[in-house]
Amino acid sequence: MMEVCGSSNVTLREFGSEQSLLSRPDGSASFIQGDTSVLAAAYGPAEVKVSKEIYDRATLEVLIQPKVGLPSVRERAQEQCVRETCEASLLLSLHPRSSLTLILQLIHDDGSLLSCFLNAACVALMDAGLPMSRLFCGVTCAIDADGQIITDPTAAQEKESRALMTFAIDATERRVMMSSTRGSFSVHELQQCIAVSQKASEKIFQFYRDSVRRRYSKTL
Amino acid sequence: SLYTSRVAEPLEYHRSFLKDNCRPDGRELSEFRTTTLNIGSITTADGSALVKVGNTTVICGIKAELTNPIVEAPGKGYIVPNVDLPPLCSSRFRPGPPAEQAQAASQFIADVIESSEVIQTEDLCIERGKVNPYIAHTLVLLDCLVIGSDSADSGCITVSLLPTAHLPEVTISTETSKPEVNLEKRHGLHIHRHPVGASFCVFDDSILIVDPTAEEESLSTAQLTVVTDDEDRLCVVHKPGGTSLSGEKLQECISRATARQREIQKLIDKVIHSVKTAQ
Repeated sequence: MMEVCGSSNVTLREFGSEQSLLSRPDGSASFIQGDTSVLAAAYGPAEVKVSKEIYDRATLEVLIQPKVGLPSVRERAQEQCVRETCEASLLLSLHPRSSLTLILQLIHDDGSLLSCFLNAACVALMDAGLPMSRLFCGVTCAIDADGQIITDPTAAQEKESRALMTFAIDATERRVMMSSTRGSFSVHELQQCIAVSQKASEKIFQFYRDSVRRRYSKTL
Repeated sequence: SLYTSRVAEPLEYHRSFLKDNCRPDGRELSEFRTTTLNIGSITTADGSALVKVGNTTVICGIKAELTNPIVEAPGKGYIVPNVDLPPLCSSRFRPGPPAEQAQAASQFIADVIESSEVIQTEDLCIERGKVNPYIAHTLVLLDCLVIGSDSADSGCITVSLLPTAHLPEVTISTETSKPEVNLEKRHGLHIHRHPVGASFCVFDDSILIVDPTAEEESLSTAQLTVVTDDEDRLCVVHKPGGTSLSGEKLQECISRATARQREIQKLIDKVIHSVKTAQ
């Protein structure tokens, strides 16, 4: 399943994360990929409005705040992607009739925004200690005019690209949980990008593991 | 009895059918519902289309307006899609500001139009001013009203029915240098591609179903919409989260979506041809 085309480079920009930086939310994290920076805050499990409550599961709400202005239609579409990915990985049935809120604040956008949102969301949920059945990470691939696959593109590279794809890869089976694409591409290109994303996700999962180990080794 | 279990335990009810490789409405797992297309039903709009897939009905109207271009793209017109999911179509939607699903659907249609390059936005440019760049361009408003349960792909079929829109000719009169709209002379939009969407959902992480109804969608663990165009290129692969999908299942969905594109393409051609011969 992991056939990687030799000509593509699986290079991610330098990424980093800081956890528990905000005092009020139950969990918070900032995730930085190159120059793209996102701040995530997770609240929950908490009281839920009767109109929104689900009898056997927790209600997850995701809010994406852009840098300037109010959230628009574009943010709603991104919220839907992040929310459904989180819903599939959280064990929602452990907290029926409760609410989980995830707020993602955009600090700076320099490309690969949706994957940065996903990574920040996952780290914030881990920081909040919410039970999850699997971890996930986001990887963005761009296909430029020559057909080369660029992972984790900058905003300039995204603008020049013919197609842009963001995938959420899960940690247990390395399969595609979420897919959001723009531009047209062939089936072969899609499969190559998925393979490249799966390879890139290894680095991110290793990073999650290291950061959690570093954090809890002090307390144990 | 079977009917009470449908309400009390819907998941078990559907599972009992899936065990025999069929669904409650009698379809196979990979069968689409009957699709009906109708164009030109709204006479006040420049173009309109009605698509019915099973019980899901979507009506789309197109109107063109004169406007100034966006600063970043001075040589192009633009299309503004708007998907409305009123309480009429399903009890899930309340009256008031558009729900998240409606907004996400509008963004989805905008992405399909952009990714598939259905029409070249340069064609919408009437005249690019030399002195003043802000001269008339066409803004095409695409309003989709969903009557009936959901399905993002009905919206896609209506998108590819854009060729039915007949826009009036606009000339810039040399004396007043203001645009003059000639409602008598109409010409169609030049359509480059025909994107068609196909929706799938995954049940219990393993069983793949094609063209789910609203009931099946609410019980599924993952949903996927694939939009393909005439050259077998993928325009949109939209899987907004849910359980993970293996490579083989994804490939299956894509092949089914390409087959669907052919069927719908034939249907669209037939409808447009019949309208032309009727005129």
